[in-house]
Amino acid sequence: MEELLKVKDLKTYFYTYEGVVKALEGINLDIYKGESLGLVGETGCGKSVTALSIMRLIQWPPGKIIDGEIILDGKDLLKIPEEEMRKIRGSDISMIFQEPMSSLNPVFTIGSQISEAITLHQEVDKKEAEKRSLDMLDLVGMPDAEKVMKQYPHELSGGMQQRAMIAMALSCKPKLLIADEPTTALDVTVQAQILDLIQKVNKEIDSSMLLITHDLGVVAQVCSRVAVMYAGYIVEIGTAKQIFKNPYHPYTKGLMHAIPKIHVETKRLEVIRGVVPNLITPPSGCRFHPRCDHMMDVCKKKAPPTVKVEEGHYVACFLHGGVK
Amino acid sequence: MKLRDYIIRRLALLIPILIGVTLLTFTISHIIPADVARHYAGGAKANPETIARIREELHLDEPLYKQYGYYLNDLIHGDLGECYTERRPVAEAIKQYLPATAELTILSMVIAIFIGIITGVVSAVKRNSWIDHVTRLIAITGVSMPIFWLALMLQLAFAYKYPILPLDSRLGIGVVAPNHITGLYIFDSLVTGNFTALKSSLYHLILPSITLSFASLAIILRITRSSMLEIVRSDYIRTARAKGLRERTVIYKHALRNALIPTVTVAGINFAALLGGAVLTETIFNWPGMGRFAVTAVNNLDFPSVMGFTLLMAIVMVAANLIVDLLYSVLDPRVRLGD
Amino acid sequence: MGFFDEWKKRNESRIKETKFTLNLFRHSFLSMLGLVLILFMLLVAAFAPFIATEHPEYATLINPQGKRVTEERWEIHFDEKLEPPSSEHFFGTNDYGYDIFSMIVYGSRLSIKIALMVVVSALIIGVVLGALAGYFGGWIDEIVMRVTDIFFSIPGLILAMAFTAALGRSIEHVMQAMIVVWWPIYTRIIRGQILKTREETYVEAARSLGTTDWKIIFKHILPNSFAPLFVQVTMDMGAVVLTAAGLSFIGLGASPGTAEWGLMISTGRAHIFHAWWYVFFPGMAIVLFVLGFNLLGDGLRDVLDPKLRR
Repeated sequence: MEELLKVKDLKTYFYTYEGVVKALEGINLDIYKGESLGLVGETGCGKSVTALSIMRLIQWPPGKIIDGEIILDGKDLLKIPEEEMRKIRGSDISMIFQEPMSSLNPVFTIGSQISEAITLHQEVDKKEAEKRSLDMLDLVGMPDAEKVMKQYPHELSGGMQQRAMIAMALSCKPKLLIADEPTTALDVTVQAQILDLIQKVNKEIDSSMLLITHDLGVVAQVCSRVAVMYAGYIVEIGTAKQIFKNPYHPYTKGLMHAIPKIHVETKRLEVIRGVVPNLITPPSGCRFHPRCDHMMDVCKKKAPPTVKVEEGHYVACFLHGGVK
Repeated sequence: MKLRDYIIRRLALLIPILIGVTLLTFTISHIIPADVARHYAGGAKANPETIARIREELHLDEPLYKQYGYYLNDLIHGDLGECYTERRPVAEAIKQYLPATAELTILSMVIAIFIGIITGVVSAVKRNSWIDHVTRLIAITGVSMPIFWLALMLQLAFAYKYPILPLDSRLGIGVVAPNHITGLYIFDSLVTGNFTALKSSLYHLILPSITLSFASLAIILRITRSSMLEIVRSDYIRTARAKGLRERTVIYKHALRNALIPTVTVAGINFAALLGGAVLTETIFNWPGMGRFAVTAVNNLDFPSVMGFTLLMAIVMVAANLIVDLLYSVLDPRVRLGD
Repeated sequence: MGFFDEWKKRNESRIKETKFTLNLFRHSFLSMLGLVLILFMLLVAAFAPFIATEHPEYATLINPQGKRVTEERWEIHFDEKLEPPSSEHFFGTNDYGYDIFSMIVYGSRLSIKIALMVVVSALIIGVVLGALAGYFGGWIDEIVMRVTDIFFSIPGLILAMAFTAALGRSIEHVMQAMIVVWWPIYTRIIRGQILKTREETYVEAARSLGTTDWKIIFKHILPNSFAPLFVQVTMDMGAVVLTAAGLSFIGLGASPGTAEWGLMISTGRAHIFHAWWYVFFPGMAIVLFVLGFNLLGDGLRDVLDPKLRR
């Protein structure tokens, strides 16, 4: 498969009053053309920071990308000038967010917000942009699209707002769509519809997707590959099948056990003990070691290297290789 | 249609407030310890017959509720009483002095809003830079300065030490006022093409309007800055950036449009302070407006004039609030008129 | 020992938050400047007799009731009138030959007195009415709020001017008039906070547990109203002095001869072009006084507002 985006050793820190939050400690990821990669992990593990770093939307102060490479089509996005990056945002890479209500500007109509993105990146006049916006709204299955064009965000339901966001994000046919918890804030019944829609439309315009979620069910439904994140590290990455059927990392295993299963009778849902560590003073060595049932001495001392365990399946854990 | 209904409904709601205001002004004019009739008749040496006549005329011997009834009845007929200082109806005096005040306050408000918003945005965008620190210092000094002292210092600097601007009044000596249309000299002279008067009146407006706008400018700057700071961290600004918009568009279109909503509210509330400031500014710049008239009235214990002025200011405030509400509903689509 | 540790542990987050607040505040240069200015003014007022270089009767608070000062008590030094600032008279002298520096020093006492009297009285009235309106709601709320509407629809300075004019000119009447004008702002803040806090989840939780209404008011609602009220009170200390000075300037405040800053500017106005110091220094005193409270209030608002602090 052809590679679209490659993230290498990405480090992003936040300089706060309480200390330096080491949100990303050397992330490695690659996204192939046409695939959808799921990025999963608990709240606060750095999923959204990864997304915003790829968009170069980390706000200074307090946040800053310290080190690493983000390569899109052979170009390192961290080295190009801001003006060039700006042109990539919304056209080559676009993003949808968790809260559609607060992510749409309350004082502009849906129509103007979508056509704004179109006129920005494509050489079209206002009328053509409006026509294309309308087409996009139709594409995302917006009922009464003509009317919605003239409506304000607060006049739509959460699901419809998210459809509008999707229409906006896909209006310039991006190569990569980053969806940051796109269904978390929605009603359960709407969640499935929106997921289906994202998948369908994404395929239609032939773009790749980075889907960020804490919900493994969502990942199983949508993604072909999965990356598991823990406290600023990617601890395991592989195809969806590999990760779900044959997880290697104790953390991934823990996540899998925490999913309720329909056909298996369990007395009690298992949980991973402990909480997500504080990233200002993170645990030494492997950041998961205080919560790990298989902790060894080396885990406290060194961060485990990422090793290949099978074709396309990598894991960062001393249980499965690396120097002991 | 809907707008008209809303305005009518709002105006109806104002009636109880205005009645309350008349109750207040009526109360104030009846806590005067001095013998009003004697005062109007000419003080200690007044002729007892004259005092009796005035007492009768002003219904001073009748019960209070009846007096209030007379007062309200007069008001409804546009009769604000007799101006003691100028020996003519208060309404007539107000009609003469109002345009000068209107011209000064409106211009000052426009200056305050315009410069306040621009500096507020710049200050927020360049947060913690020296520009931010300087504008914040100016802003906080602006609200800490007695307006009459600022006026005197400006006079001292620009009319006396470096006499580049006129000291006071509305027009230069020998300049004839433009033909009366609205009484606003800028407007009238523009319409009639009287450029001598236009130049002179603009020239005379500079110092008073800078003085009067300064405190309001500071307040508008402050609210614009703080709401901009809050808004630039909001989700929809992140969306705007993720779209690939230029930072300029993000700030001046997406953020500012939202920041204007609280700014308009604050500007409306601040209009009261501006009117209060106009009283002091007019006194110093010898501006022939309502404020100076009111101060003269206060010093002459001319209560019908003081109360007429107070009532008028209440009406102006009420009108200003209505305008703010309408503007608010234009700026914020989430606000529905009448809800 | 054990008790203290336990207390510390139980209130760990609160202690951390307070420390953070204090730290933010300490690092805000402008807030500290405000605090220093206020302390400076308080010290000047407290030690006025030791700081002032002249101590004639005029400088103290003579005739607060507004009685006219008799001619005999005026010590006019025509030989020293309107002298520019010098080592003998730091801020120069006025048209009666009085030392302006000493007048300003003594005047600080009057300014503090005005600010405290007006703000504290208005605060008591405003909080009581606001709490009644917000807590009981219904027709009490309706009446109180409509009355504040009426007060808010007249510009404060103008209403205070009308009141003082009716009561008769004196600094006491200026204070009374300003109390009458000032209370509605506190009523609105308290009522708004009560209504807002009542809807908060933790208050509903407390209520569902059967906590009494009064306990809810004192334990949950009032402490949460403290921050906005505190900021407003701090800012108003300055605003009151500004308004009082304005009324004095119009001629409604202290009677001639009183060491009152606004009045000094008013009388100095006639001499502005040949004795700038007569107007300049009293004005600077007002600016520094008001600036102190505004800087402090501004800093407090930034620190206490959870939205702006980080």
